[in-house]
Amino acid sequence: MHSKREWAWGYLLIAPMALGLAVFYLWPIVQTLYLSMTESGVFGGYTWVGTANFAELFTDEEMYGALGNTLLYSVLVLAGVPLSIVVAALLNVPGLRGLSLYRTLYFLPVVTMPAAVGLTWRYLFNGDFGAINHVLGTAGIDGPYWLGDPDFAIYAIAVVGIWSSVGYNAVLFLAGLQGIPRHYYEAAEIDGAGRLRQFVRITLPLLTPTTFFVVVITMINALQVFDLVYLMIDLKSPALEGSRTIVYLFYETGFVQNQRGLAAAIAVILLGLVLMLTAFQFRLQKKWVHYE
Amino acid sequence: MSRPRTSPAHLFLAAGALVMLAPFAWQLVVSLQTLPDSLRVPPKFTPSWQWSNFADVFRSVPLARQFLNTVVVTAAVTAGQLLLCSLAAFAFARLRFPGRGALFLLFLAVLMVPGELFLIPRYEIMMELGWLNSLQALIAPGVFGAFGTFMLRQFFLSLPRELDEAASIDGANPLQIYWHILLPLVRPGLLALGMLTVMWSWSSLLWPLVVNTDPEMMTLSAGLASLRGQYLTNFPILFAGSVVASLPVIALFVVMQRQLIAGIAFTGSKG
Repeated sequence: MHSKREWAWGYLLIAPMALGLAVFYLWPIVQTLYLSMTESGVFGGYTWVGTANFAELFTDEEMYGALGNTLLYSVLVLAGVPLSIVVAALLNVPGLRGLSLYRTLYFLPVVTMPAAVGLTWRYLFNGDFGAINHVLGTAGIDGPYWLGDPDFAIYAIAVVGIWSSVGYNAVLFLAGLQGIPRHYYEAAEIDGAGRLRQFVRITLPLLTPTTFFVVVITMINALQVFDLVYLMIDLKSPALEGSRTIVYLFYETGFVQNQRGLAAAIAVILLGLVLMLTAFQFRLQKKWVHYE
Repeated sequence: MSRPRTSPAHLFLAAGALVMLAPFAWQLVVSLQTLPDSLRVPPKFTPSWQWSNFADVFRSVPLARQFLNTVVVTAAVTAGQLLLCSLAAFAFARLRFPGRGALFLLFLAVLMVPGELFLIPRYEIMMELGWLNSLQALIAPGVFGAFGTFMLRQFFLSLPRELDEAASIDGANPLQIYWHILLPLVRPGLLALGMLTVMWSWSSLLWPLVVNTDPEMMTLSAGLASLRGQYLTNFPILFAGSVVASLPVIALFVVMQRQLIAGIAFTGSKG
């Protein structure tokens, strides 16, 4: 084919997607950066305010609260990642029957819309008639009002966050486990290493590229948590103080209080946080991720 | 090689599976309870066959309408994604043109940016177009995706070059090669991306919540959220709504499990 014609075809076939990405992704990024330096007027229109929005946010208690809640939530959800490794390792036991049934069950929370998941757990975590406090009660523990108490809400939400992602992460880990060449294990068996020793000395180190990936996407998703908080915590609940996340604050500011400029600044801070923590993870990986 | 015993694995996996399943089973039970039964202490674990909860939830919000909205939006977004992503992916993988590498990097950069950054400007675009409270508002941004393009590109790259060359010698143009020869071969990729898109589109909350505030134009996710405001602790009604909203994707997943798992495993392999 003539190269000029090939060029034309290339541009033509990419054009629809490129145009769409330009309008709905690239332009909005530029626009949000601009809006973060403006204040939206009562009758629409924007006035340039420079860095005033950022100055305001950096002295705003709600913003620091949201930042703290989001980071705490992220740490809690990351702490749940080993659970997925265990599930994947068990699913990978040779000769295990019922693999696809287990996979289906562990995947139910992943394919269920977060709105429905949030409602279900609202019921389970209810302080008066919820099943969780009932179970705790039979063990002699007086459970708190999980979703009404700023000290407990974020932990309850993190439990749901972990519960909904175990299946997803386990599938990623399972793929990683299946990519580990058999001969490593065969050599270890000849050396007389037991199952647990093999898991610690061979499986975990060779799985680290997958672990790294899961940690990074889990972190990025956790930093953007909104659905569960929105569904599980009432708009006027005192627990919101302890569970309002950055994206929740963004939504409230931009679309409940209609302060779009300020909300754009929150989004920019979120972008900075995500990029910074991702870069940090990539630096850190040199210390613990083994690539062959 | 010694065969390990699998019963300890079963013990742990079954316990975990129970934790995964129990909330759903219970949601189903409570969706068929009367309001007083649902609030009992200790909890009542059996249904009271209150089928009217389902009728009530359809009456109290335009649930049937929201269901239809969600089906239409999800179908349109998925079809659009598959077509546009595969076209762009084909061009990136198979055609040479100046700026291809830079353009592809730009696509990848989009993947790094949290979705919230797009929200306000998209809202303003919809306002300008007069599309607030419309299904187009939910469909238009959804059909474009850098992730899908990236994913399908990998599938196109894995196919042998000779296919294109042979067809090209026979006089086929790139569009014909894409449609008749390569597209059928990337079917597994299309199915995987399709399942992921259905799942994401069906569940998405923030954008629908922001852009369509009229209950008639809401999707099920946003509808459930507004139902929560209406029925605070009337869990039988809320759960009847949840069951109706989440069952279609669960059913689709049970049928298309392999494709979805393949899609997810793919996202991992390219990390």
